[in-house]
Amino acid sequence: MLYRTRSYQVFTIANTIFLSLLGLLCILPLIHIFAVSISSRAAATANIVNFWPVGFTTDAYVKTLGNEKFLRSLWIGAERTVLGTIVSMAVVTMASYSLSKTSLKFPGRQIYMWLFVFTMLFSGGLIPSYILITKLHLIDSIWSLVLPTAVSVWNMILMLNFFRTIPVDLEEAAYIDGAGHLRVLWSVYLPVSMASIATLSLFTMVFHWNSWFDGVIYMSNPDGYPLSSYLHSMIVSDNLSRIGVTSDSIANFSSRTIKTAQIFIGALPILLVYPFLQKYFVKGIVLGSVKS
Amino acid sequence: MISYWRKTWPFHLLLLPAIVLCIIFSYIPMTGIIIAFEDYQPWVGMKNSPWVGFDQFHYLFTYPDGKQIIWNTLLIAFFKLLFNLVIPIVFALLLNEVRKVVFKRVVQTLVYLPHFLSWVILGGILIDILSTEGGIVNRVLESFGVHDIFFLGNGQWFRFTVIVSDVWKEFGFSAIIFLATLVGIDPSLYEAAEIDGATRWQQVMSITVPLMMPIVIVVATLSLGRILDAGFDQILNIYNPLVYSHGDIIDTFAYREGLNNAQFSFGTAVGVFKSVVGLVLIIISYRLAYKWANYRIF
Repeated sequence: MLYRTRSYQVFTIANTIFLSLLGLLCILPLIHIFAVSISSRAAATANIVNFWPVGFTTDAYVKTLGNEKFLRSLWIGAERTVLGTIVSMAVVTMASYSLSKTSLKFPGRQIYMWLFVFTMLFSGGLIPSYILITKLHLIDSIWSLVLPTAVSVWNMILMLNFFRTIPVDLEEAAYIDGAGHLRVLWSVYLPVSMASIATLSLFTMVFHWNSWFDGVIYMSNPDGYPLSSYLHSMIVSDNLSRIGVTSDSIANFSSRTIKTAQIFIGALPILLVYPFLQKYFVKGIVLGSVKS
Repeated sequence: MISYWRKTWPFHLLLLPAIVLCIIFSYIPMTGIIIAFEDYQPWVGMKNSPWVGFDQFHYLFTYPDGKQIIWNTLLIAFFKLLFNLVIPIVFALLLNEVRKVVFKRVVQTLVYLPHFLSWVILGGILIDILSTEGGIVNRVLESFGVHDIFFLGNGQWFRFTVIVSDVWKEFGFSAIIFLATLVGIDPSLYEAAEIDGATRWQQVMSITVPLMMPIVIVVATLSLGRILDAGFDQILNIYNPLVYSHGDIIDTFAYREGLNNAQFSFGTAVGVFKSVVGLVLIIISYRLAYKWANYRIF
């Protein structure tokens, strides 16, 4: 009855229009970039492309995927994403098992917990980390992109909270059968946690794919850049040339269609996993915020 | 002691990789903070570089642009925190009024998306659409009779762009926590209010808003800890020398001076200043959140 009053009906219409516009606002820039990337070079340069390609062509993508430097970065980006996710998930899962135990079962748990949590609050900062990587001779090594970020305390907290929801009966049955903790983790915890592990892996993959700053500082040569770092240096020089700070830079070398194609390829993996991400992240956040 | 290890060794073993990585990559860099109090020279090493005490910190505040950079940081971060609180709340309230489940889902799917794209991608998009050489935003403004706006080349507009684009990226995602609260409100409260003849507006003002207040207070308080985080990732992707005066923040300054200009000690000092202030603010904000809304993590 309430929802039939005239003023509420007016509100509903206005609200629907407003929310639709808001939703469109979030996706239109991406659609525009995509439309430019599949338009003809002339149309893109003349700035007549809006949200639909003008003079459809896949030239920009053919050229981008024929660019050796781009392909190398794409490969390094994929490599760090896969390696980084595997290492991080392995380390985090093992640690979370121990941390999910109560202090009664595992005295000393609290000390470890605080060691990890403190790193969320305070860090040595950029330059000491850089000096460390230099001293470890990890400059130009893919491990400089994998190891420093492997211990994700946030993921650890989500994971240990999940482990705590596993019924105790399940593992106690295994102990009675003579299984040790390592066995329980492997044969009891992991099989029932596959959904959670998959979710956290997906988030870790997105994190690695999107990371660009470590690539820029830890790779002394742009040939070693993962895709995100490569795109960063591309857009920075693009920006400088548009602003007029530098003229005839390398950025001007490639056309607008190619730049937008590269950006779109960079976004594509995220767009592809997004439906799966969306299914889980609401749960993840709520889980993380309500648990003790 | 022996029985302790016999009982718990598997736990320690499983924690070993994480704790080793954590010590190497988090705690060892913390000891590197010492170079903030030295005049560090890479070829001499941390142990033998000359000790200068607080000179580097002093330099930050006497540096011609030092105050400007701190001001830029506070200003940009403050408006980001403010709008990233208010807009998600309003958005969540409006979305909560939508009855059509499919429409609701579609809107949510669209507004959460930018959160997952990196500032490299979004920076590239911004540079393209905000261009003064026929970027789509300036073309749309042109049709309203507004002349080219130099979004990324004018200091004031740059700040505006940084704040608005950050809100654009995050408002949907920030709204999730409020939406979760709204969904959790007991429907019988609304039914009772309806029987008493309350209009929808009255219901929102006297049921929804008061029930949202605790979580709003928590989010607002916790965000205080980030008042020095003006968005390193974002600004590094879209700034340029033309807007250093208005857009340079503590983090970007520390990076430029510290690594690009190899002023290792000064860069570290700037970083330490920010870390310490940040740590103090986080502790205060968590205490306040606990006091005001009984909020605890761990």
